[in-house]
Amino acid sequence: MELTTIWFCLIAILWVGYFVLEGFDFGVGMLLPVLAKNNRERRVLINTIGPVWDGNEVWLLTAGGATFAAFPEWYATLFSGFYVPLLLILLALIVRGVAFEYRHQRPGATWAGWWDRAVIVGSYVPAFLWGVAFANIVHGVPIDADKEFTGTVFTLLNPYALLGGLVTLSLFWTHGAMFLALKTDGEIRARARAMAVRSGVVAAVLAVVFLVLTQVDTGDAWSLAMFVIAAVALVAGIAAAATAREGWAFVGTFITIALAVGGLFVALFPDVMPSTTDAAYSLTVTNAAATDYTLKIMTIVACIFTPIVICYQAWTYWVFRKRIAVHHIPEEELEGAH
Amino acid sequence: MDVLELARWQFGIVTVYHFLFVPLTIGLTMLVALMEAIWLKTKNPDWYRLTRFFGKLMLINFAIGVATGLVQEFQFGMNWSDYSRFVGDIFGAPLAVEALLAFFLESTFLGLWIFGWDKLPRGLHNACMWIVHVGTLASSWFILAANSWMQNPVGYEFNPDTGRAELTDFAAVMFNEVQLGTFPHVIGAAYMTAGAFLVGIAAWLYHKKREQPDEQRMYKRSIRLGAWVMLLFGASVAVSGDVQGKIMTDVQPMKMAAAEALYETSDTCAPFSVLTIGTRDGTEEKWALEIPCLLSFLATGHFDQKVEGINDLREQYVETYGQDPGASYYSAGDYVPNIPVTYWTFRWMMGLGVAAAFGGALILWLTRKGRTPGGRWFPVLAISIPVMAVLANSMGWIFTEMGRQPWVVFGLLTTENGVSPGVGAGEVWLSMGSFTALYAVLAVVEIGLLARVVKKGADPFVEPPEPSLSGGGKDDDQDSDQPLTFAY
Ligand code: HDD
Ligand code: HEM
Ligand code: HEM
Repeated sequence: MELTTIWFCLIAILWVGYFVLEGFDFGVGMLLPVLAKNNRERRVLINTIGPVWDGNEVWLLTAGGATFAAFPEWYATLFSGFYVPLLLILLALIVRGVAFEYRHQRPGATWAGWWDRAVIVGSYVPAFLWGVAFANIVHGVPIDADKEFTGTVFTLLNPYALLGGLVTLSLFWTHGAMFLALKTDGEIRARARAMAVRSGVVAAVLAVVFLVLTQVDTGDAWSLAMFVIAAVALVAGIAAAATAREGWAFVGTFITIALAVGGLFVALFPDVMPSTTDAAYSLTVTNAAATDYTLKIMTIVACIFTPIVICYQAWTYWVFRKRIAVHHIPEEELEGAH
Repeated sequence: MDVLELARWQFGIVTVYHFLFVPLTIGLTMLVALMEAIWLKTKNPDWYRLTRFFGKLMLINFAIGVATGLVQEFQFGMNWSDYSRFVGDIFGAPLAVEALLAFFLESTFLGLWIFGWDKLPRGLHNACMWIVHVGTLASSWFILAANSWMQNPVGYEFNPDTGRAELTDFAAVMFNEVQLGTFPHVIGAAYMTAGAFLVGIAAWLYHKKREQPDEQRMYKRSIRLGAWVMLLFGASVAVSGDVQGKIMTDVQPMKMAAAEALYETSDTCAPFSVLTIGTRDGTEEKWALEIPCLLSFLATGHFDQKVEGINDLREQYVETYGQDPGASYYSAGDYVPNIPVTYWTFRWMMGLGVAAAFGGALILWLTRKGRTPGGRWFPVLAISIPVMAVLANSMGWIFTEMGRQPWVVFGLLTTENGVSPGVGAGEVWLSMGSFTALYAVLAVVEIGLLARVVKKGADPFVEPPEPSLSGGGKDDDQDSDQPLTFAY
């Protein structure tokens, strides 16, 4: 296999890793006002992802860095072209990250309330905009001969892309509910399970429409296979949630997101950013790539360290495998929390 | 302002802001790990309390370091897309490796440390913080290698067909001579800054708890630890800075001349000016406090060596770079950085650093044998020490980066040619405005929180829970009903 192909696959894996992991973080954030009835319950929700969210976010940083190193032209065109959505995503991720760490630093309902809002907004915005961005990447955007994006923000807000945004949002929402059903106990667990079933149905409808459109637009046999399995996994996941098999339910949405995102990359290949202006201007794995020498070094590093990273991240999940319930949260400090 | 200026301001603002938190993170992870290790060894509750206290402050600081680091990763693509195209082959690799090797370590093991008090065996728990610290060092290594390459490009070849610099020797990039000077300097400065933080915060509390000898005894430990770390690494910063000066004279002579505002070449024994009053455009000098021959020594290692001045260097640069071998990537600029900025930031870096170190030594002396200075000025002195150290870091970076101008990659790519061609001033205004506003709010929140935690002081000693790794999904563990010790 060409080194450029390997790197295309690796970047796809990094994005898949990012979405399956941070996907449930976003879901938990969006569900914060829905599933938790009081401050103690909100703390339960946040604690389920407390030890891991930052590690999950590093998948994004690695995907960004790897794109820069392996396909500099892609990195340059993508992030200068999708300027405003990326800006919004960054702002959202900043407030969300700070919120997790600061919310508990002071007692008081007002203080926690503001950070809760930051978590909620900081989860909705990226959950939606990542879908918009990926739909645009796969479908293609206007790119000129100098590999510059020539559209505007409004070019990015086409109906297909907006649908893509709703798909990621609803999938992450469901994934988050599945995760909470798996990681909490008591009432929250029951509520999360019920929510996962309901939102799963919505997500399934949206996802199927979007994936069919994508398949018709740019798909091939491989992407079709992946999309079909993704859809089946989602249905199976919902069924498992409905019958209280939470582990399997979570595995279901995990596979759905992994294969749907993976399928998008398969549909994209060998382009990395198709041009709608003229197919000759499209960025491809060849014309956007770094030199073979750089790719070779990066390959060695990635082969050694990616498995190590996966091992210790998995170990972290094992250390924190226990369910969390309200009685694990220390009693409220006074000062007006409810 | 045009896109270029805006993009430069934005980069300066967000990067300097990021680096306000970075040195403290690098240094405090080490010191917190060390304090925890001392506690494990001595079983002295003071050290446990200090670990928890400074650990908390470190986490408040870390949160913003991480959040602002996100922007760093993507802003090259947003505002500097032509730069990214030009250097991606070389610059992207350290960035990617940094994320894979360092950020995963930092974030994962920090999570384990925060939430693992009741889960991980003590030694392993302590190891987590050491691993986080190793992560910060690795992160610094790679990002500084990337930055050093911009100061002194090595291990590459310019490909005229693609208009890009291409990597030919990765090891040369990793062990660039500039990198070998910069890394110890930056890390030394980070340790020094964290030492200053320990001294300052503990001295303030030491003063406040005058009536409580037990509390005083504990804070005294932290004053001593911090002060020694600060003095030791203060010395290392001076030594490595001196090495850097010589390398800089070699690879970027204009920066050295700009640091000194030395316009005319001095054939022998160039003086180091401590302070100058007058016009800094070099035409007139009203009064100057100078140390004879010191600049010659700083720049070359000999007191009587020639140091080239800005005017001669400008001519040399025009000759070398004025002819345009690589088409659009070269533009014959003026090759002189902003002299007042380089001159003053260089002095402020050293001055503030030295002042902070002096303050640390003073506090060590004032608190000797359990004395407590009573003056109102004492808390002010205490708090100003870490502030000065942090500012010294910013000054160093502003000097290094602005001294490189007009180049973004020295000798290869001017800053002007690195900016994104497709991005408009409106977009950059939008991002600069929103980042600056958000960062300002976060600064207020962060300072408020730090102040709150510091005012409260270290929590009283509570026997930490016995760690146990057991416990699956079932509720049959005996410890399953205990509240999480470090719950959000
Ligand atoms: C990896 C590369 C890299 C690294 C580690 C740093 N910088 Fe840098 N810096 C740049 C890459 C860069 C750059 C891309 O080359 C800039 C952008 C525009 C420019 O002129 O150079 C720059 C400019 C730049 C400017 C504005 C200079 C000007 O526009 O005249 C400042 C104040 C700093 N930097 C400060 C810092 C600080 C405080 C850093 C510590 C974290 C830092 N830089 C690390
Ligand atoms: C302009 C170049 C830089 C980029 C692109 C960059 C990127 C980043 C990113 C993405 C993070 C967040 C990591 C996480 O989520 O854990 C981060 C944090 C960090 N960076 Fe930077 N960084 C830059 C400059 C520097 C420099 C020069 C240093 C060290 C000398 C440094 C040291 C660190 C450290 C120690 C952290 C850990 C978190 C913290 O600061 O609290 N960075 N950086
Ligand atoms: C006392 C003697 C010091 C000397 C002689 C010195 C010298 C230098 C020099 C020559 C550079 C520029 C390197 C280059 O651009 O190639 C530099 C940069 C820098 N200095 Fe210092 N410095 C001193 C003290 C300090 C102190 C006390 C701090 C902070 C606490 C500090 C923090 C920095 C930082 C963060 C940079 C930018 C990164 C780098 O290029 O290393 N320095 N210093």
